[in-house]
Amino acid sequence: MRYAVLQGGASRSFPDGDPFLAGAARPEAAEVVLHLGTRPVPDATRKAVLVELGTECLGVHTGEESGEEGSNVLGFARYRNGDDPPSRLVELVRQPRTLDGAIAAARAVFEGAGLTVVVCADQAGRIVDRLARPKYNAALRLLDEGLATAADMDTTCRLGLGYRDGPIERVVRGGLAYHHDVTRALFETYGTPGYAPARRAVVAAAREPR
Amino acid sequence: MTPAIRTVGVCGAGGTMGAGIAIVAARAGFATLCHDQSAAGLERAAQQSAGFFGKSVERGKMSAAERDAVLGRMTRTTALADLAACDLVIEAVFEDLQTKRALFGELDALCPPHTILASNTSTLSITEIAAGTKRPDRVVGMHFCLPAQLMKLIEMSPGLITSDATFQAAWAWTEACGQIPVRTQDKPGFILNALLVPFNNDAIRAVEAGVASPADIDTAIKSALGYKMGPLELIDLVGLDTQILLCEAFYPVTLDARAACPPLLRRMVAAGLLGRKSGRGFYTYAGDKMFGA
Repeated sequence: MRYAVLQGGASRSFPDGDPFLAGAARPEAAEVVLHLGTRPVPDATRKAVLVELGTECLGVHTGEESGEEGSNVLGFARYRNGDDPPSRLVELVRQPRTLDGAIAAARAVFEGAGLTVVVCADQAGRIVDRLARPKYNAALRLLDEGLATAADMDTTCRLGLGYRDGPIERVVRGGLAYHHDVTRALFETYGTPGYAPARRAVVAAAREPR
Repeated sequence: MTPAIRTVGVCGAGGTMGAGIAIVAARAGFATLCHDQSAAGLERAAQQSAGFFGKSVERGKMSAAERDAVLGRMTRTTALADLAACDLVIEAVFEDLQTKRALFGELDALCPPHTILASNTSTLSITEIAAGTKRPDRVVGMHFCLPAQLMKLIEMSPGLITSDATFQAAWAWTEACGQIPVRTQDKPGFILNALLVPFNNDAIRAVEAGVASPADIDTAIKSALGYKMGPLELIDLVGLDTQILLCEAFYPVTLDARAACPPLLRRMVAAGLLGRKSGRGFYTYAGDKMFGA
């Protein structure tokens, strides 16, 4: 599947030098177009138009129609834990009426590059941030409450659950200010306490020059 | 001064967790009394222990003579009074406050004053369990992970009244067994379950909200975070009914909305979808094969 990349700035999914960028075709020869920081334009001549997402929903770019929205435009984000390098995971964001052919084309592009693709609805946090960020918030809160030391909490999760790294070391490594920004966006949408940025993330965000 | 721990009792040793704890104790050289109300359960556990150490010999991890010595240190009884000689008793009985309090109350009357009573509870308060005894200073939380004979981690929790000497003696015993203890406060779920139960509930709610399929949710978590199992695979493994029990243990004491039982979970259990043990949960199973992933 030939794809073109229209880039308007730095991409979190595909930083400069990523081999995926080198594999791109010229736009006129591509069946799929990826927008990395450029404004997506509906284009029915393409099998799929892909928009890189941050914390926003795909609907911000496409507009919504009371649950009837969907076309050949999909959102995507390659999962990154803050400042960590991008993972192999691509979360592909669909809308209720997204064309099956567009999903298949998008999947083919990413899987052709050796990435792992999952499909999710257009909801805040997609899959991973929706599930992982409240857990990091809870770990930070429990740390504040003195449940255990950060090292013991991380050791417990590594030894007891087989995690590659513990929640505190992971969220700190990714950047507490980044965690703040993601959880603030989630909290704005869901409004439930689990998504409210943890105190340590609020502190980190306040101290980080913006 | 706390007397040295030489003899260890394990209550609930006919169950999976208790049998594993007994293996840990005996393997480390302690005389180990395995207690259970069920003689059949004890017999089954004895066979499993013999099988476990037999494989250790096959793999060259111990000699046949060492295996025989370890098994010789393990004795079985259905009489609680036989635990009166123990320096440390670890309970791994049904996860119910009244059950554990009653057991510790009986042990309190049977055992000498120096005996430490340890609870393997994963959700209950050590302080509340200790309140069933006249020795709350000598009661400690000692939460092993399944399977105990393979997992090194132990969450160690002092109750409000637990003495430093008791906690240090229990801690030293876990280290003598080659385990890795971590200290937590006596709070619901300690570390592991405090983080895991709400996380698993969130995954169920994501399914219910139509965020993605169970397979895509599990794939995303494994790929992005490096977890060995996805949350829905894990719930299928431990049982959806068990997840409800965990919610019911946590939510009333924490009032954390993430710990509340997701409606989809209750509907699935009502429909008999319990996970691997019923052949269907978030996935469908036939023998060792899993469908839906």
